[in-house]
Amino acid sequence: MLDTDFFRRWMTAAADAVGREAGRLTELDSAIGDADHGINMQRGFTAVTAALEKDAPDTPGAVLTLSGRQLISTVGGASGPLYGTLLRRAGKALGDDPEVSPAQLGEALRAGIAAVAQLGGAKAGDKTMLDALEPAAAALDESFAAARAAAEEGALATVPMLARKGRASYLGERSIGHQDPGATSSALLIAALEEVAR
Amino acid sequence: MRMLINVPETVVADALRGMAAAHPDLRVDVENRVVVRADAPVAGKVALVSGGGSGHEPLHGGFVGPGMLSAACPGEIFTSPVPDQMARAAAAVDSGAGVLFIVKNYTGDVLNFDMAQELAEDEGVQIAKVLVNDDVAVTDSLYTAGRRGTGATLFVEKIAGAAAEEGAPLEQVEAVARRANERSRSFGVALSAVTTPAKGSPTFDLPSGELELGIGIHGEPGRERRPMMTSREIADFAVDAVLEDLQPSSPVLALVNGMGATPLLELYGFTAEVHRVLAERGVPVARTLVGNYVTSLDMAGCSVTLCEADEELLRLWDAPVSTPGLRWGR
Repeated sequence: MLDTDFFRRWMTAAADAVGREAGRLTELDSAIGDADHGINMQRGFTAVTAALEKDAPDTPGAVLTLSGRQLISTVGGASGPLYGTLLRRAGKALGDDPEVSPAQLGEALRAGIAAVAQLGGAKAGDKTMLDALEPAAAALDESFAAARAAAEEGALATVPMLARKGRASYLGERSIGHQDPGATSSALLIAALEEVAR
Repeated sequence: MRMLINVPETVVADALRGMAAAHPDLRVDVENRVVVRADAPVAGKVALVSGGGSGHEPLHGGFVGPGMLSAACPGEIFTSPVPDQMARAAAAVDSGAGVLFIVKNYTGDVLNFDMAQELAEDEGVQIAKVLVNDDVAVTDSLYTAGRRGTGATLFVEKIAGAAAEEGAPLEQVEAVARRANERSRSFGVALSAVTTPAKGSPTFDLPSGELELGIGIHGEPGRERRPMMTSREIADFAVDAVLEDLQPSSPVLALVNGMGATPLLELYGFTAEVHRVLAERGVPVARTLVGNYVTSLDMAGCSVTLCEADEELLRLWDAPVSTPGLRWGR
């Protein structure tokens, strides 16, 4: 079973990973977007860890809900509402349970992902974060390691895709050949989950 | 990198402190990043709130004041503001007559303003929203995020602002804003890439001797790259791109906009070419505005926006406006 501390450690590990990889995320974004994904995600997750320390939520659901709210309030751009909605909806789906099973987490993530797809109007194959998140959530029932591998493969698989959503879509054919920054940060989030589960 | 800044992290806050110092007619909340006209809320008047990433100055904070915006929310550089800012701005300027959000069609702006609308409506503020999507360089199809919002934002903010100042109710202000947008189209050209303070190097590589056609206002590359063209050739290309999508049957408002690093000398020369090609195509020009209004940091280049005016749009365009970035008639 996964307790509140597990979720807090997940968010902290995600913040570390985003901080570590901020330069790479920005580099990817400068190729097909506007070069701010790394710095924006870093600002958001710094706010997440500060809020978790200050407010000390006492259920897994509350950890994710609070984290999502922080992302919406600090990130801006498309990433703020999309990542914020992912975590908030997943948190709400977990309810008030003090501990949850990996299967419940998988269900909750799928609820969050469905909300992201609805908000952004995107689907798998559009070269977005969904291309990493959807396979990861599907693989989560198998193991955390499988989810991580699926997310990383999913992010890589965005390279040859034509962007159909977000700023990269304005490039049309020229978006082909570049890895999607959002799918890349999503893979970081899932890798952080696998790290703390190890 | 040579920039007149302290550190990248404080660029937006530092600029807001400067705006506060220079413009006593504005109330600048540096911490929450909201710029409000000092006399807001104005009793009985519909309020206009816009916002978007910083780096496009004078858009949007420079367009706050009588006759235009009631408040603006500057985000981080090229990053849309967050819903909390917009909801706070709406609460600060709402007199009870409602608030019109003016949103540029970029995914981030759209999503954050959607969330802000929910927050503001929860607080009992009546919200209407208009989406600006004038950029013909982007095909509007099921498979893209739709046309970007660029230069027409200035037309929409000015025209809707004048209608609100006259005392029009929310649905009328919204309707005229929508009409101004529907009748406007833009096309932009970059002669150099943009350098954001955080990245410190150009966001895309544009060799000298080449230019990008169809750029947006966030330093994102355009749709096509060509060897450098003359002002005359660029005007032909840009105006024809606009006229492919807009066939005006009445005189147009023309905005010849600089992207930040192109001097007025060049912009005026380009304006002459824009007028020439419009005359050749049989499109009369009612008003022309030339300058740096919807910029992209240090990008060199320009954009052309045409708005097919009618009597009401022209009257609202000519109405007095008093903001740091646009001021006439009073």
